[in-house]
Amino acid sequence: MSSVQIRDVRKSFGSFEVLHGVTIPIEDGEFVVLVGPSGCGKSTLLRMLAGLENITSGTISIGERVVNNVQPKERDIAMVFQNYALYPHMTVANNMGFSLKLRGARPDEIKKGVARAAEILSLTPLLDRYPRQLSGGQRQRVAMGRAIVRDPQVFLFDEPLSNLDAKLRVAMRTEIKELHQRLKTTTVYVTHDQIEAMTMADKIVVMHDGIVEQIGSPLELYDRPDNQFVAGFIGSPAMNFLKGKVAVNGVAAFEGPNGVRLPLKSAPANSDGQPAIYGVRPEHFTIADDGAEAEIVVVEPTGSETQVFAKLGGEQVVAVFRERHRFNPGDKVRLKPDPSLVHLFDDASGKRLNA
Amino acid sequence: MADLALAPQHAKREIREATAWDQLKHNRNFLGFWFMLPAMAFLIFFLAYPLGLGIWLSFTDTRIGRLGHFIGTENYEWLWDDAIFWLSVFNTLLYTFVASAFKFAIGLYLALLLNENMPFKALLRAAVLIPFIVPTVLSALAFWWIFDSQFSIISWSLKHLGLITQNINFLGDTTWARICVIFANIWRGVPFVAITLLAGLQTVQPSLYEAATLDGATSWQRFRHITYPLLTPIIAVVMTFSVLFTFTDFQLIWAMTRGGPVNATHLMATLSYQRAIIAGQLGEGAAISSAMIPFLLAAIMISWFGLQRRKWQQGESND
Repeated sequence: MSSVQIRDVRKSFGSFEVLHGVTIPIEDGEFVVLVGPSGCGKSTLLRMLAGLENITSGTISIGERVVNNVQPKERDIAMVFQNYALYPHMTVANNMGFSLKLRGARPDEIKKGVARAAEILSLTPLLDRYPRQLSGGQRQRVAMGRAIVRDPQVFLFDEPLSNLDAKLRVAMRTEIKELHQRLKTTTVYVTHDQIEAMTMADKIVVMHDGIVEQIGSPLELYDRPDNQFVAGFIGSPAMNFLKGKVAVNGVAAFEGPNGVRLPLKSAPANSDGQPAIYGVRPEHFTIADDGAEAEIVVVEPTGSETQVFAKLGGEQVVAVFRERHRFNPGDKVRLKPDPSLVHLFDDASGKRLNA
Repeated sequence: MADLALAPQHAKREIREATAWDQLKHNRNFLGFWFMLPAMAFLIFFLAYPLGLGIWLSFTDTRIGRLGHFIGTENYEWLWDDAIFWLSVFNTLLYTFVASAFKFAIGLYLALLLNENMPFKALLRAAVLIPFIVPTVLSALAFWWIFDSQFSIISWSLKHLGLITQNINFLGDTTWARICVIFANIWRGVPFVAITLLAGLQTVQPSLYEAATLDGATSWQRFRHITYPLLTPIIAVVMTFSVLFTFTDFQLIWAMTRGGPVNATHLMATLSYQRAIIAGQLGEGAAISSAMIPFLLAAIMISWFGLQRRKWQQGESND
C-alpha cells in the first residue's frame, strides 16, 4: 500500500493538450474515484498512472518514488480494464497466475496466490474454465482476481462496471467496495457514473475538460459544490438551475425568471442586483403556501418517491417528493426551496457565491 | 372499410387437407435442395468431374489423339521404377518445405512489423502486396533475367564489387537453380502470408497487450504468451493454403527453368505436364498428378486437426 501524488500533470497528444495541470493527492489506503463526462481526461490520467501513456509534464509518484520514467511493470500497480482484457486462451487460474509466472514464481507459489485470490472472490469453482465460458460478472471478478493476486501497491479500475447490466452493476459496486474495505489497498477508480462515484468513493475527484473541478468526499460535493459544473454533475435527478439576480430588499432573496421570487438565507456582501444562478436540488423543494407558483407538467412516480416536472416562472424544474401528493398535469402548486440548502453561483464564472 | 367487411368471407373458405405436394412445397429440406443445386452443379462440373477424369486417365494408356484402355495400375508401376519421378517427388517436398518455412518466418516478421504504428503505414502495407499482384509469369520472367547466366544483375554487381571474377551460372547449376526457384517462390508467397497474419494480428485486442505489460511481460513474452497462441488458428489456415499452393506450383518453374537443369527443379506438376501434354502420354501424366493427392490430403489432414476449435474458443461468444 502506498500513497499516490499527482502533481501538476499535463498531457498533450501532439499539439492538443487534454490534461491542463492536474494535482490530486491520494492517501494511503484511500478509495479515490475520478469522475467526469466522456473526454474529460480521466481515463488518460489513469493510464498515465499505470504507465501506459507518457507524462508530458508534472510528476506522478507512488509512495516516495517518482514514477514518470518507471516501466509499468516496475510500478507495482494492477489494473482492471473496462473490457476485462482476460487472456482468452488461458483458464481462469492461468489468467490470474500469469503475472506470478512472468515474475518467475514457483508453481506452488503461483497456485497458492491464485487460490487465495480465488477464495476472496469466490472464484474457486471456476478456476479451470476459460473466459468464454463465464458470465459478465464472473469475468469482472476474474479481472479483479488477476489484480489481487499481484498484491500491488495500488489498484486501478478503468470503468470496470460499464459492460455489465444495471442489476449486476449495483451488486459488483458493493462487492468492490467490500473488497477494498477488506484489503485496504489504495484504489483509483475511473467512472463516468456519478452514482458509482458517490456510493464507492472515500474521495471524489470531479474532472471536466482536462482540469479538476473539485476534490472532496461524496457528501461534501453534494452539499457544497464549488461550482455550477460539479453541482449539475453530482446528484440525480440533476440540480435545477434558474437564472436571475440577487435582490436584497431588506431581506435577501433571488429574483428568478419572469420575476419569480425565491428565498435566500443570506446574500453575499454587496451583491444586490448581481446576476447569478440559483441552484436547488429536486429533493429540496417543499410544497408551502409561501412558495412560488408552478404548473405541473409531468408526474413520474417510482414508488419510493415521485418526480414532478413543473414550470416555475416559465422554466422547467424537477422536484422530488417522498410523500405521496396527489398531483395531476396542469395543477398549480406552490414550490418552496429550502433556503438553507440552496446554492448560488456566479452567472459568468459558475463559481459558488454563497457560504 | 369495404375491404374489411369482405375479408371474413375469404377466411370462411373451406379448409382442405394439405396434399402431399403442399407438404413438399413447404418442406425445408426439399427447398434447400433446390437452392443448393446451382452450387452443386458448379462443383460437380468444374471440380469433381475433372478430378474424377484425371484419376480415371491415370489407370489408362490414353495418349493425345488416341482413346486408351484400362490398364490397371501399370502407369503407377512404371513410375515406381522411374528415378526422374522420384527426383520430382523429392524436389517438390524440398521446394514446399523450404519455401513454406521461409514464407512463414518472413511473413510473420513482416506482419508484426506492419502491425506497429509507423509513418506511411497504409502505403507500406500496400507495398507488401506488390509481389502478389504481379502476374506470376511476369515475375518469373523478371527472375529469369535477374538469374541469367550472362546478363544477371547479381553477377554484374558482385563482379563490380570485386567479390567474384566469373558470372554465377544461376539457372544452369543444379544447386543454384533450386535456390533460385525457391527464392522466387518465397518472394511471391510472402505477401499472402504477411497480409493474412496481419489481419489476424489486428483482431487481438490492444488491451490484452496492455494487461500483459502491466503483468510484467517483456515484448518477447507478449509475443510468446499472447500473440502467438491467439494467432495459431490463422497460422493453421494460412500455412495450409501456402503449402497447397507451393506443392502444386507450376507457372514459376515452367517459366524459369522448365524443370532443368538435369531435372533438378522438376516438380511433380511440371513433370506431369511434360509427360502428358508435351510428350502426349496423358495416362502417365495423370498418374503423376494423381500421385500428388496423398501428399495434399496429408497436408489437409494436418490443417484439419490444427484448425479444430481450440478449447478456449468454445462456449459462449457473448463478449
